[in-house]
Amino acid sequence: MRAQGTVFKYGDNVDTDVIIPARYLNSSDPAELATHCMEDIDRDFVKKVKKGDIIVASKNFGCGSSREHAPISIKAAGVSCVIAETFARIFYRNAINIGLPIIECAEAARGIEAGDEVEIDFDSGMIYNKTRDTRFKGQAFPEFMQKIIAAEGLMNYINETKKQA
Amino acid sequence: MGMTMTQKILAAHAHLPSVEAGQLIEADLDLVLGNDITSPVAIHEMDGKMKDSSVFDKDKIALVMDHFVPNKDIKSAEHCKCVREFAARHEITNFFDVGEMGIEHALLPEKGLVVAGDVVIGADSHTCTYGALGAFSTGVGSTDMAAGMATGKAWFKVPSAIKIELTGRLSKWVSGKDVILHIIGMIGVDGALYQSMEFTGEGVSALSMDDRFTIANMAIEAGGKNGIFPVDEKAEAYMKEHSVRPFKAYEADEDAEYARVIRLDLSSIRPTVAFPHLPENTRSIDEAGEVAVDQVVIGSCTNGRMDDLRTAAKILEGRKVKKGVRTIVIPATQKIYLQAMEEGLLKTFIEAGAIVSTPTCGPCLGGYMGVLAEGERCVSTTNRNFVGRMGHVSSEVYLASPAVAAASAVTGRISGPEALGM
Repeated sequence: MRAQGTVFKYGDNVDTDVIIPARYLNSSDPAELATHCMEDIDRDFVKKVKKGDIIVASKNFGCGSSREHAPISIKAAGVSCVIAETFARIFYRNAINIGLPIIECAEAARGIEAGDEVEIDFDSGMIYNKTRDTRFKGQAFPEFMQKIIAAEGLMNYINETKKQA
Repeated sequence: MGMTMTQKILAAHAHLPSVEAGQLIEADLDLVLGNDITSPVAIHEMDGKMKDSSVFDKDKIALVMDHFVPNKDIKSAEHCKCVREFAARHEITNFFDVGEMGIEHALLPEKGLVVAGDVVIGADSHTCTYGALGAFSTGVGSTDMAAGMATGKAWFKVPSAIKIELTGRLSKWVSGKDVILHIIGMIGVDGALYQSMEFTGEGVSALSMDDRFTIANMAIEAGGKNGIFPVDEKAEAYMKEHSVRPFKAYEADEDAEYARVIRLDLSSIRPTVAFPHLPENTRSIDEAGEVAVDQVVIGSCTNGRMDDLRTAAKILEGRKVKKGVRTIVIPATQKIYLQAMEEGLLKTFIEAGAIVSTPTCGPCLGGYMGVLAEGERCVSTTNRNFVGRMGHVSSEVYLASPAVAAASAVTGRISGPEALGM
Protein backbone atom coordinates (compact mmCIF):
# COMPACT_ATOMS: atom_id res chain seq x y z
CA MET A 1 0.00 0.00 0.00
CA ARG A 2 1.27 3.46 -0.93
CA ALA A 3 0.23 7.06 -0.30
CA GLN A 4 1.24 10.30 -1.94
CA GLY A 5 0.27 13.88 -1.29
CA THR A 6 1.03 17.41 -0.21
CA VAL A 7 1.96 18.04 3.41
CA PHE A 8 0.10 20.11 6.01
CA LYS A 9 2.49 20.75 8.89
CA TYR A 10 1.63 21.40 12.55
CA GLY A 11 3.55 21.65 15.82
CA ASP A 12 3.41 19.98 19.24
CA ASN A 13 0.31 18.88 21.14
CA VAL A 14 -2.32 19.18 18.38
CA ASP A 15 -5.33 18.23 20.52
CA THR A 16 -8.56 16.57 19.45
CA ASP A 17 -10.52 19.71 20.38
CA VAL A 18 -8.82 21.65 17.59
CA ILE A 19 -9.00 18.67 15.21
CA ILE A 20 -12.77 18.49 15.65
CA PRO A 21 -14.27 21.02 18.09
CA ALA A 22 -16.93 19.71 20.50
CA ARG A 23 -19.53 22.04 19.02
CA TYR A 24 -19.68 19.61 16.09
CA LEU A 25 -19.87 16.43 18.17
CA ASN A 26 -23.63 16.39 17.95
CA SER A 27 -22.95 14.64 14.65
CA SER A 28 -21.24 11.31 14.01
CA ASP A 29 -21.49 11.49 10.21
CA PRO A 30 -17.94 11.26 8.76
CA ALA A 31 -18.72 13.52 5.78
CA GLU A 32 -20.14 16.24 8.02
CA LEU A 33 -17.27 15.95 10.51
CA ALA A 34 -14.81 16.27 7.61
CA THR A 35 -16.15 19.74 6.79
CA HIS A 36 -14.92 20.97 10.19
CA CYS A 37 -11.64 19.06 10.33
CA MET A 38 -8.75 21.08 11.92
CA GLU A 39 -11.09 24.10 12.08
CA ASP A 40 -9.73 25.62 15.30
CA ILE A 41 -6.06 25.28 14.35
CA ASP A 42 -6.21 25.91 10.59
CA ARG A 43 -9.36 27.46 9.15
CA ASP A 44 -8.13 26.96 5.58
CA PHE A 45 -7.39 23.24 5.94
CA VAL A 46 -10.71 21.98 4.59
CA LYS A 47 -10.56 24.45 1.69
CA LYS A 48 -7.08 23.32 0.64
CA VAL A 49 -6.92 19.60 1.47
CA LYS A 50 -6.99 17.17 -1.47
CA LYS A 51 -7.50 13.43 -1.44
CA GLY A 52 -4.24 11.73 -0.51
CA ASP A 53 -2.69 14.68 1.34
CA ILE A 54 -0.57 14.08 4.41
CA ILE A 55 -0.49 15.65 7.88
CA VAL A 56 2.92 15.94 9.55
CA ALA A 57 3.19 17.10 13.18
CA SER A 58 5.61 17.16 16.08
CA LYS A 59 5.03 15.65 19.54
CA ASN A 60 1.87 14.24 21.13
CA PHE A 61 -0.46 14.53 18.12
CA GLY A 62 -4.11 13.89 19.02
CA CYS A 63 -3.85 14.56 22.75
CA GLY A 64 -6.89 15.18 24.89
CA SER A 65 -10.37 13.82 24.34
CA SER A 66 -10.94 10.20 23.27
CA ARG A 67 -13.32 11.33 20.53
CA GLU A 68 -12.91 8.95 17.59
CA HIS A 69 -14.55 11.74 15.60
CA ALA A 70 -11.02 13.22 15.35
CA PRO A 71 -9.36 10.48 13.25
CA ILE A 72 -12.71 9.90 11.50
CA SER A 73 -12.81 13.55 10.37
CA ILE A 74 -9.17 13.41 9.20
CA LYS A 75 -9.77 10.22 7.23
CA ALA A 76 -13.03 11.51 5.75
CA ALA A 77 -11.30 14.77 4.73
CA GLY A 78 -9.16 12.62 2.41
CA VAL A 79 -5.91 12.52 4.38
CA SER A 80 -3.93 9.40 3.51
CA CYS A 81 -1.53 9.35 6.46
CA VAL A 82 -0.51 11.24 9.60
CA ILE A 83 3.19 11.31 10.47
CA ALA A 84 4.26 12.60 13.90
CA GLU A 85 7.16 12.45 16.32
CA THR A 86 4.77 10.88 18.84
CA PHE A 87 1.02 10.32 19.09
CA ALA A 88 -1.20 10.53 22.16
CA ARG A 89 -2.13 6.96 23.00
CA ILE A 90 -5.91 7.07 22.54
CA PHE A 91 -5.56 8.75 19.14
CA TYR A 92 -2.99 6.09 18.18
CA ARG A 93 -5.43 3.27 19.05
CA ASN A 94 -8.34 5.01 17.38
CA ALA A 95 -6.45 5.61 14.14
CA ILE A 96 -5.45 1.94 13.88
CA ASN A 97 -8.93 0.79 14.86
CA ILE A 98 -10.62 2.79 12.09
CA GLY A 99 -7.91 2.15 9.48
CA LEU A 100 -6.31 5.62 9.28
CA PRO A 101 -2.61 5.03 8.55
CA ILE A 102 -0.27 6.74 11.02
CA ILE A 103 3.51 6.62 11.34
CA GLU A 104 5.73 7.59 14.27
CA CYS A 105 8.98 9.01 12.90
CA ALA A 106 10.78 11.88 14.61
CA GLU A 107 13.27 12.39 11.75
CA ALA A 108 10.50 12.65 9.15
CA ALA A 109 8.51 15.01 11.38
CA ARG A 110 11.55 17.29 11.53
CA GLY A 111 12.66 16.86 7.93
CA ILE A 112 9.36 17.55 6.18
CA GLU A 113 7.86 21.02 5.77
CA ALA A 114 4.44 22.36 4.82
CA GLY A 115 3.79 22.03 1.10
CA ASP A 116 6.37 19.28 0.52
CA GLU A 117 5.36 16.40 -1.75
CA VAL A 118 5.74 13.15 0.13
CA GLU A 119 5.38 9.50 -0.86
CA ILE A 120 4.93 6.68 1.66
CA ASP A 121 5.34 2.93 1.22
CA PHE A 122 3.46 1.36 4.11
CA ASP A 123 4.84 -2.12 3.54
CA SER A 124 8.44 -1.03 4.01
CA GLY A 125 7.72 1.96 6.27
CA MET A 126 9.73 4.19 3.91
CA ILE A 127 8.85 7.87 3.73
CA TYR A 128 10.20 9.74 0.67
CA ASN A 129 10.22 13.55 0.62
CA LYS A 130 10.16 14.19 -3.14
CA THR A 131 10.51 17.96 -2.74
CA ARG A 132 13.79 17.69 -0.79
CA ASP A 133 14.88 14.26 -2.04
CA THR A 134 15.24 12.87 1.47
CA ARG A 135 14.21 9.48 2.86
CA PHE A 136 13.12 8.38 6.31
CA LYS A 137 12.31 5.03 7.83
CA GLY A 138 9.18 4.96 9.98
CA GLN A 139 8.69 2.57 12.86
CA ALA A 140 7.06 -0.70 11.81
CA PHE A 141 3.83 -1.76 13.51
CA PRO A 142 3.83 -4.86 15.70
CA GLU A 143 2.40 -7.87 13.85
CA PHE A 144 -0.84 -7.76 15.85
CA MET A 145 -1.56 -4.20 14.73
CA GLN A 146 -0.61 -5.01 11.15
CA LYS A 147 -3.37 -7.61 11.16
CA ILE A 148 -5.91 -5.02 12.32
CA ILE A 149 -4.74 -2.60 9.63
CA ALA A 150 -4.83 -5.35 6.97
CA ALA A 151 -8.41 -6.15 7.97
CA GLU A 152 -9.19 -2.42 7.57
CA GLY A 153 -10.13 -1.93 11.18
CA LEU A 154 -10.69 -3.67 14.49
CA MET A 155 -14.31 -4.70 13.93
CA ASN A 156 -13.49 -6.50 10.68
CA TYR A 157 -10.53 -8.15 12.39
CA ILE A 158 -12.76 -9.42 15.21
CA ASN A 159 -15.29 -10.73 12.68
CA GLU A 160 -12.51 -12.61 10.89
CA THR A 161 -11.03 -14.10 14.05
CA LYS A 162 -14.49 -15.08 15.31
CA LYS A 163 -15.14 -16.85 12.00
CA GLN A 164 -11.90 -18.82 12.37
CA ALA A 165 -12.83 -19.82 15.94
CA MET B 1 11.65 -8.89 37.55
CA GLY B 2 8.83 -7.52 39.67
CA MET B 3 5.65 -5.98 38.35
CA THR B 4 4.00 -2.63 38.97
CA MET B 5 0.47 -2.48 40.37
CA THR B 6 -0.95 -1.89 36.88
CA GLN B 7 1.06 -4.76 35.39
CA LYS B 8 -0.23 -7.15 38.06
CA ILE B 9 -3.86 -6.28 37.33
CA LEU B 10 -3.28 -6.65 33.58
CA ALA B 11 -1.47 -10.00 34.01
CA ALA B 12 -4.36 -11.38 36.06
CA HIS B 13 -6.89 -10.30 33.43
CA ALA B 14 -4.79 -11.76 30.61
CA HIS B 15 -4.47 -15.07 32.52
CA LEU B 16 -0.68 -14.78 32.49
CA PRO B 17 1.69 -15.37 35.42
CA SER B 18 3.52 -12.17 34.59
CA VAL B 19 3.74 -9.42 31.97
CA GLU B 20 6.38 -6.85 31.13
CA ALA B 21 6.37 -3.34 29.71
CA GLY B 22 5.84 -3.29 25.95
CA GLN B 23 4.16 -6.70 25.78
CA LEU B 24 0.91 -6.87 23.78
CA ILE B 25 -1.84 -8.68 25.64
CA GLU B 26 -5.55 -9.33 25.43
CA ALA B 27 -7.33 -8.73 28.75
CA ASP B 28 -10.79 -9.57 30.09
CA LEU B 29 -12.90 -6.52 30.86
CA ASP B 30 -14.95 -5.98 34.00
CA LEU B 31 -16.76 -2.96 32.61
CA VAL B 32 -17.15 -1.14 29.28
CA LEU B 33 -18.31 2.49 29.43
CA GLY B 34 -19.65 4.93 26.88
CA ASN B 35 -21.42 8.30 26.88
CA ASP B 36 -23.89 10.10 24.62
CA ILE B 37 -21.14 11.36 22.27
CA THR B 38 -19.01 8.24 21.92
CA SER B 39 -21.63 5.46 22.20
CA PRO B 40 -23.55 6.26 18.98
CA VAL B 41 -20.33 5.76 16.98
CA ALA B 42 -19.73 2.44 18.79
CA ILE B 43 -23.32 1.29 18.29
CA HIS B 44 -23.07 2.09 14.59
CA GLU B 45 -19.85 0.02 14.41
CA MET B 46 -21.51 -2.93 16.17
CA ASP B 47 -24.74 -2.87 14.22
CA GLY B 48 -23.08 -2.13 10.91
CA LYS B 49 -20.05 -4.40 10.98
CA MET B 50 -20.61 -7.24 13.44
CA LYS B 51 -22.32 -10.34 12.13
CA ASP B 52 -23.38 -11.14 15.68
CA SER B 53 -24.24 -7.84 17.34
CA SER B 54 -25.08 -9.26 20.78
CA VAL B 55 -23.27 -7.86 23.84
CA PHE B 56 -20.90 -9.96 25.94
CA ASP B 57 -22.61 -9.20 29.26
CA LYS B 58 -25.52 -6.82 29.75
CA ASP B 59 -24.47 -6.19 33.37
CA LYS B 60 -20.91 -5.14 32.44
CA ILE B 61 -21.72 -2.25 30.15
CA ALA B 62 -22.44 1.26 31.41
CA LEU B 63 -24.02 3.86 29.14
CA VAL B 64 -24.21 7.33 30.67
CA MET B 65 -25.98 10.24 29.00
CA ASP B 66 -23.97 13.13 30.40
CA HIS B 67 -22.30 15.34 27.81
CA PHE B 68 -25.16 17.11 26.05
CA VAL B 69 -28.11 16.29 28.33
CA PRO B 70 -30.79 17.42 28.93
CA ASN B 71 -30.36 17.59 25.16
CA LYS B 72 -29.12 20.91 23.85
CA ASP B 73 -30.36 20.43 20.29
CA ILE B 74 -32.08 18.01 17.95
CA LYS B 75 -28.91 16.21 16.86
CA SER B 76 -27.89 15.56 20.47
CA ALA B 77 -31.39 14.27 21.16
CA GLU B 78 -31.06 11.86 18.21
CA HIS B 79 -27.77 10.57 19.67
CA CYS B 80 -29.36 9.91 23.06
CA LYS B 81 -32.32 8.24 21.36
CA CYS B 82 -29.95 5.92 19.51
CA VAL B 83 -28.26 4.90 22.78
CA ARG B 84 -31.58 4.63 24.66
CA GLU B 85 -32.93 2.24 22.01
CA PHE B 86 -29.72 0.19 22.01
CA ALA B 87 -29.87 -0.08 25.82
CA ALA B 88 -33.49 -1.25 25.66
CA ARG B 89 -32.78 -3.74 22.85
CA HIS B 90 -29.90 -5.33 24.74
CA GLU B 91 -31.46 -4.92 28.20
CA ILE B 92 -28.39 -3.02 29.41
CA THR B 93 -28.60 -2.92 33.22
CA ASN B 94 -26.55 0.21 33.71
CA PHE B 95 -28.10 2.73 31.35
CA PHE B 96 -28.29 6.13 33.02
CA ASP B 97 -30.57 8.71 31.45
CA VAL B 98 -31.83 12.11 32.65
CA GLY B 99 -33.06 11.78 36.23
CA GLU B 100 -30.64 9.00 37.11
CA MET B 101 -27.51 10.13 35.34
CA GLY B 102 -24.50 11.97 36.63
CA ILE B 103 -21.16 12.79 35.09
CA GLU B 104 -19.89 9.31 34.24
CA HIS B 105 -16.66 9.29 36.23
CA ALA B 106 -18.36 10.54 39.39
CA LEU B 107 -21.33 8.25 38.83
CA LEU B 108 -19.69 4.85 38.29
CA PRO B 109 -17.74 4.72 41.58
CA GLU B 110 -20.77 6.13 43.43
CA LYS B 111 -22.95 3.35 41.98
CA GLY B 112 -20.36 0.76 43.01
CA LEU B 113 -19.78 -0.34 39.40
CA VAL B 114 -15.98 -0.20 39.68
CA VAL B 115 -13.85 -1.70 42.44
CA ALA B 116 -10.17 -2.36 43.09
CA GLY B 117 -8.54 -4.88 40.78
CA ASP B 118 -10.96 -4.28 37.89
CA VAL B 119 -9.98 -3.67 34.28
CA VAL B 120 -12.24 -1.00 32.79
CA ILE B 121 -12.26 0.68 29.40
CA GLY B 122 -14.38 3.70 28.62
CA ALA B 123 -14.94 5.68 25.46
CA ASP B 124 -14.05 8.84 27.33
CA SER B 125 -10.50 9.95 28.01
CA HIS B 126 -11.12 10.59 31.73
CA THR B 127 -11.96 6.92 32.36
CA CYS B 128 -8.59 6.83 34.15
CA THR B 129 -10.43 8.30 37.19
CA TYR B 130 -11.12 4.86 38.72
CA GLY B 131 -7.45 4.35 39.46
CA ALA B 132 -8.32 6.13 42.71
CA LEU B 133 -9.97 2.86 43.75
CA GLY B 134 -7.02 0.69 42.73
CA ALA B 135 -8.55 -0.36 39.41
CA PHE B 136 -6.87 -0.30 36.00
CA SER B 137 -9.04 1.96 33.88
CA THR B 138 -8.25 3.77 30.69
CA GLY B 139 -9.86 5.81 27.97
CA VAL B 140 -10.35 4.39 24.49
CA GLY B 141 -12.28 5.33 21.37
CA SER B 142 -15.65 4.20 20.13
CA THR B 143 -14.38 1.24 18.09
CA ASP B 144 -12.56 -0.18 21.12
CA MET B 145 -15.77 0.33 23.07
CA ALA B 146 -17.73 -1.55 20.38
CA ALA B 147 -15.23 -4.40 20.38
CA GLY B 148 -15.33 -4.45 24.18
CA MET B 149 -19.12 -4.60 24.25
CA ALA B 150 -19.10 -7.44 21.72
CA THR B 151 -16.27 -9.57 23.10
CA GLY B 152 -15.61 -8.48 26.71
CA LYS B 153 -11.94 -8.15 25.81
CA ALA B 154 -9.50 -5.44 24.75
CA TRP B 155 -5.90 -5.40 23.54
CA PHE B 156 -3.31 -3.44 25.52
CA LYS B 157 0.35 -2.68 25.29
CA VAL B 158 1.56 -3.26 28.86
CA PRO B 159 2.71 0.15 30.11
CA SER B 160 5.86 1.06 31.96
CA ALA B 161 5.29 3.33 34.94
CA ILE B 162 6.25 6.54 36.65
CA LYS B 163 6.26 6.18 40.43
CA ILE B 164 5.10 9.28 42.24
CA GLU B 165 6.00 9.10 45.91
CA LEU B 166 3.93 11.45 48.00
CA THR B 167 4.99 12.61 51.44
CA GLY B 168 3.62 15.17 53.87
CA ARG B 169 0.15 16.68 53.99
CA LEU B 170 -1.63 19.33 51.95
CA SER B 171 -1.80 22.87 53.35
CA LYS B 172 -5.09 24.68 53.92
CA TRP B 173 -7.04 25.39 50.69
CA VAL B 174 -4.74 23.09 48.68
CA SER B 175 -6.41 20.04 47.15
CA GLY B 176 -5.94 17.11 44.79
CA LYS B 177 -6.43 19.47 41.84
CA ASP B 178 -3.38 21.48 42.85
CA VAL B 179 -1.37 18.26 43.22
CA ILE B 180 -2.14 16.99 39.73
CA LEU B 181 -1.75 20.41 38.08
CA HIS B 182 1.60 20.75 39.84
CA ILE B 183 2.72 17.32 38.54
CA ILE B 184 1.55 18.06 34.98
CA GLY B 185 3.44 21.35 35.19
CA MET B 186 6.56 19.40 36.15
CA ILE B 187 6.42 16.63 33.55
CA GLY B 188 4.39 18.20 30.72
CA VAL B 189 1.31 17.13 28.77
CA ASP B 190 3.20 14.18 27.30
CA GLY B 191 5.37 13.52 30.35
CA ALA B 192 3.67 10.19 31.04
CA LEU B 193 2.89 9.26 27.42
CA TYR B 194 1.86 5.57 27.15
CA GLN B 195 2.79 5.13 30.87
CA SER B 196 1.08 4.44 34.18
CA MET B 197 1.27 7.03 36.90
CA GLU B 198 1.47 5.06 40.15
CA PHE B 199 0.92 7.18 43.26
CA THR B 200 2.47 5.80 46.43
CA GLY B 201 4.02 6.91 49.70
CA GLU B 202 2.85 7.89 53.14
CA GLY B 203 1.29 11.08 51.76
CA VAL B 204 -1.49 9.07 50.09
CA SER B 205 -3.24 8.27 53.38
CA ALA B 206 -3.97 11.95 54.07
CA LEU B 207 -5.66 12.44 50.69
CA SER B 208 -9.46 12.13 50.66
CA MET B 209 -11.06 9.80 48.12
CA ASP B 210 -12.39 12.85 46.27
CA ASP B 211 -8.82 14.21 46.05
CA ARG B 212 -7.65 10.85 44.68
CA PHE B 213 -10.42 10.79 42.06
CA THR B 214 -9.35 14.26 40.92
CA ILE B 215 -5.68 13.27 40.70
CA ALA B 216 -6.29 9.99 38.82
CA ASN B 217 -8.80 11.77 36.56
CA MET B 218 -6.15 14.06 35.10
CA ALA B 219 -3.46 11.40 34.48
CA ILE B 220 -4.54 11.64 30.82
CA GLU B 221 -3.57 15.33 30.79
CA ALA B 222 0.03 14.18 31.25
CA GLY B 223 -0.51 11.69 28.41
CA GLY B 224 -0.79 8.80 30.90
CA LYS B 225 -2.49 5.51 30.14
CA ASN B 226 -3.78 5.33 33.70
CA GLY B 227 -3.25 6.78 37.15
CA ILE B 228 -3.51 4.42 40.08
CA PHE B 229 -3.50 4.52 43.89
CA PRO B 230 -2.83 1.76 46.42
CA VAL B 231 -5.87 0.34 48.19
CA ASP B 232 -5.83 1.56 51.79
CA GLU B 233 -8.43 1.78 54.55
CA LYS B 234 -10.07 4.85 53.00
CA ALA B 235 -10.44 3.15 49.62
CA GLU B 236 -11.80 -0.01 51.25
CA ALA B 237 -14.30 2.00 53.28
CA TYR B 238 -15.43 3.82 50.12
CA MET B 239 -15.95 0.57 48.22
CA LYS B 240 -17.78 -1.10 51.12
CA GLU B 241 -20.10 1.89 51.34
CA HIS B 242 -20.85 2.02 47.62
CA SER B 243 -20.47 -1.48 46.20
CA VAL B 244 -21.53 -5.03 46.90
CA ARG B 245 -18.92 -6.41 44.52
CA PRO B 246 -15.86 -8.19 45.92
CA PHE B 247 -12.62 -6.31 45.25
CA LYS B 248 -9.02 -7.35 44.95
CA ALA B 249 -6.19 -5.12 46.14
CA TYR B 250 -2.97 -5.48 44.13
CA GLU B 251 0.36 -4.15 45.35
CA ALA B 252 3.41 -3.36 43.27
CA ASP B 253 6.35 -5.73 43.82
CA GLU B 254 9.23 -4.28 45.76
CA ASP B 255 11.52 -4.87 42.81
CA ALA B 256 9.11 -3.44 40.24
CA GLU B 257 10.91 -1.38 37.62
CA TYR B 258 9.93 2.25 37.10
CA ALA B 259 10.89 4.44 34.16
CA ARG B 260 11.08 7.39 36.51
CA VAL B 261 10.55 8.17 40.20
CA ILE B 262 9.21 11.55 41.32
CA ARG B 263 9.19 12.51 44.99
CA LEU B 264 6.72 15.16 46.02
CA ASP B 265 6.21 16.75 49.42
CA LEU B 266 2.50 17.63 49.50
CA SER B 267 3.09 20.38 52.05
CA SER B 268 5.22 22.26 49.50
CA ILE B 269 2.38 22.63 46.98
CA ARG B 270 0.62 26.00 46.63
CA PRO B 271 -2.76 26.57 44.96
CA THR B 272 -1.93 26.08 41.29
CA VAL B 273 -3.46 27.47 38.09
CA ALA B 274 -2.93 26.20 34.53
CA PHE B 275 -2.88 29.13 32.12
CA PRO B 276 -4.06 28.86 28.49
CA HIS B 277 -3.73 26.80 26.38
CA LEU B 278 -2.22 23.68 27.92
CA PRO B 279 -2.63 22.03 31.33
CA GLU B 280 1.18 22.11 31.68
CA ASN B 281 1.28 25.93 31.70
CA THR B 282 1.06 26.04 35.48
CA ARG B 283 1.81 28.85 37.88
CA SER B 284 1.34 29.04 41.61
CA ILE B 285 -1.40 31.42 42.73
CA ASP B 286 1.36 33.75 43.93
CA GLU B 287 2.63 34.11 40.36
CA ALA B 288 -0.79 34.40 38.72
CA GLY B 289 -0.69 38.18 38.39
CA GLU B 290 -3.74 40.29 37.61
CA VAL B 291 -6.13 38.27 35.42
CA ALA B 292 -9.73 39.50 35.31
CA VAL B 293 -12.35 36.84 34.55
CA ASP B 294 -15.84 36.79 33.00
CA GLN B 295 -16.98 33.36 34.13
CA VAL B 296 -16.32 30.71 36.77
CA VAL B 297 -17.25 27.05 36.41
CA ILE B 298 -17.21 24.71 39.41
CA GLY B 299 -18.00 21.12 38.46
CA SER B 300 -17.04 18.35 35.97
CA CYS B 301 -15.71 14.79 36.30
CA THR B 302 -12.60 16.38 37.80
CA ASN B 303 -14.12 18.56 40.51
CA GLY B 304 -17.89 18.13 40.88
CA ARG B 305 -17.87 15.97 44.03
CA MET B 306 -18.91 16.70 47.63
CA ASP B 307 -15.46 17.82 48.82
CA ASP B 308 -15.36 20.26 45.91
CA LEU B 309 -18.79 21.74 46.53
CA ARG B 310 -18.18 22.00 50.29
CA THR B 311 -14.93 23.88 49.71
CA ALA B 312 -16.56 26.27 47.23
CA ALA B 313 -19.49 26.86 49.61
CA LYS B 314 -17.17 27.64 52.53
CA ILE B 315 -15.69 30.44 50.47
CA LEU B 316 -18.97 31.72 49.01
CA GLU B 317 -20.87 31.57 52.34
CA GLY B 318 -21.98 35.09 53.23
CA ARG B 319 -20.22 36.57 50.17
CA LYS B 320 -21.39 37.67 46.73
CA VAL B 321 -19.84 36.83 43.40
CA LYS B 322 -18.52 39.95 41.73
CA LYS B 323 -21.04 41.59 39.45
CA GLY B 324 -20.40 40.50 35.88
CA VAL B 325 -18.77 37.18 36.79
CA ARG B 326 -21.15 34.44 35.67
CA THR B 327 -20.65 31.66 38.21
CA ILE B 328 -21.91 28.20 37.29
CA VAL B 329 -21.93 25.37 39.84
CA ILE B 330 -22.58 21.84 38.58
CA PRO B 331 -22.93 18.97 41.08
CA ALA B 332 -21.62 15.88 39.29
CA THR B 333 -24.42 13.42 40.13
CA GLN B 334 -28.02 13.42 41.34
CA LYS B 335 -26.85 12.03 44.68
CA ILE B 336 -24.28 14.80 45.09
CA TYR B 337 -26.92 17.35 44.04
CA LEU B 338 -29.29 16.05 46.73
CA GLN B 339 -26.59 15.90 49.39
CA ALA B 340 -25.52 19.46 48.55
CA MET B 341 -29.14 20.54 48.89
CA GLU B 342 -29.52 18.84 52.26
CA GLU B 343 -26.31 20.44 53.52
CA GLY B 344 -27.54 23.87 52.43
CA LEU B 345 -24.74 24.33 49.89
CA LEU B 346 -27.08 25.07 47.00
CA LYS B 347 -28.69 27.87 49.04
CA THR B 348 -25.22 29.29 49.70
CA PHE B 349 -24.40 29.23 45.98
CA ILE B 350 -27.65 30.82 44.91
CA GLU B 351 -27.53 33.50 47.62
CA ALA B 352 -23.98 34.32 46.51
CA GLY B 353 -25.28 34.97 42.99
CA ALA B 354 -24.12 31.72 41.37
CA ILE B 355 -26.37 29.38 39.41
CA VAL B 356 -26.71 25.66 40.07
CA SER B 357 -27.18 23.28 37.15
CA THR B 358 -28.32 19.70 36.80
CA PRO B 359 -25.36 17.32 36.30
CA THR B 360 -23.80 17.74 32.84
CA CYS B 361 -20.37 17.91 31.18
CA GLY B 362 -21.80 20.93 29.26
CA PRO B 363 -19.36 23.83 29.57
CA CYS B 364 -16.19 21.77 30.11
CA LEU B 365 -16.02 20.91 26.42
CA GLY B 366 -17.79 24.02 25.18
CA GLY B 367 -20.99 22.09 24.57
CA TYR B 368 -23.55 24.33 26.26
CA MET B 369 -24.36 25.81 29.71
CA GLY B 370 -21.57 28.37 29.70
CA VAL B 371 -19.99 28.68 26.26
CA LEU B 372 -17.52 31.60 26.05
CA ALA B 373 -17.62 34.52 23.60
CA GLU B 374 -14.64 35.98 21.77
CA GLY B 375 -11.88 37.07 24.14
CA GLU B 376 -13.68 35.97 27.32
CA ARG B 377 -11.89 34.34 30.23
CA CYS B 378 -13.06 31.58 32.57
CA VAL B 379 -11.56 30.12 35.72
CA SER B 380 -12.72 26.53 35.68
CA THR B 381 -12.33 23.44 37.84
CA THR B 382 -12.48 21.33 34.67
CA ASN B 383 -9.56 19.51 33.08
CA ARG B 384 -8.62 21.07 29.72
CA ASN B 385 -7.77 24.58 28.61
CA PHE B 386 -7.02 23.90 24.94
CA VAL B 387 -7.71 26.50 22.26
CA GLY B 388 -11.48 26.84 21.87
CA ARG B 389 -12.20 24.23 24.53
CA MET B 390 -15.01 26.23 26.17
CA GLY B 391 -16.13 28.27 23.19
CA HIS B 392 -14.64 30.87 20.85
CA VAL B 393 -11.08 30.16 19.65
CA SER B 394 -9.87 33.37 21.28
CA SER B 395 -11.51 32.62 24.64
CA GLU B 396 -9.33 31.48 27.53
CA VAL B 397 -9.71 28.82 30.21
CA TYR B 398 -7.66 28.85 33.43
CA LEU B 399 -7.74 25.52 35.25
CA ALA B 400 -7.85 25.66 39.03
CA SER B 401 -9.21 24.06 42.20
CA PRO B 402 -12.71 24.71 43.57
CA ALA B 403 -11.14 26.94 46.25
CA VAL B 404 -9.40 29.17 43.69
CA ALA B 405 -12.45 29.16 41.40
CA ALA B 406 -14.78 30.24 44.22
CA ALA B 407 -12.41 32.93 45.46
CA SER B 408 -11.95 34.19 41.90
CA ALA B 409 -15.75 34.44 41.51
CA VAL B 410 -15.81 36.83 44.48
CA THR B 411 -12.85 39.00 43.49
CA GLY B 412 -13.44 38.90 39.74
CA ARG B 413 -9.81 38.04 39.07
CA ILE B 414 -7.72 34.91 39.58
CA SER B 415 -7.28 34.67 43.35
CA GLY B 416 -6.83 32.20 46.15
CA PRO B 417 -8.94 32.24 49.33
CA GLU B 418 -6.08 34.12 50.98
CA ALA B 419 -7.13 37.18 48.97
CA LEU B 420 -10.37 37.09 50.97
CA GLY B 421 -8.47 36.91 54.24
CA MET B 422 -9.31 33.24 54.64
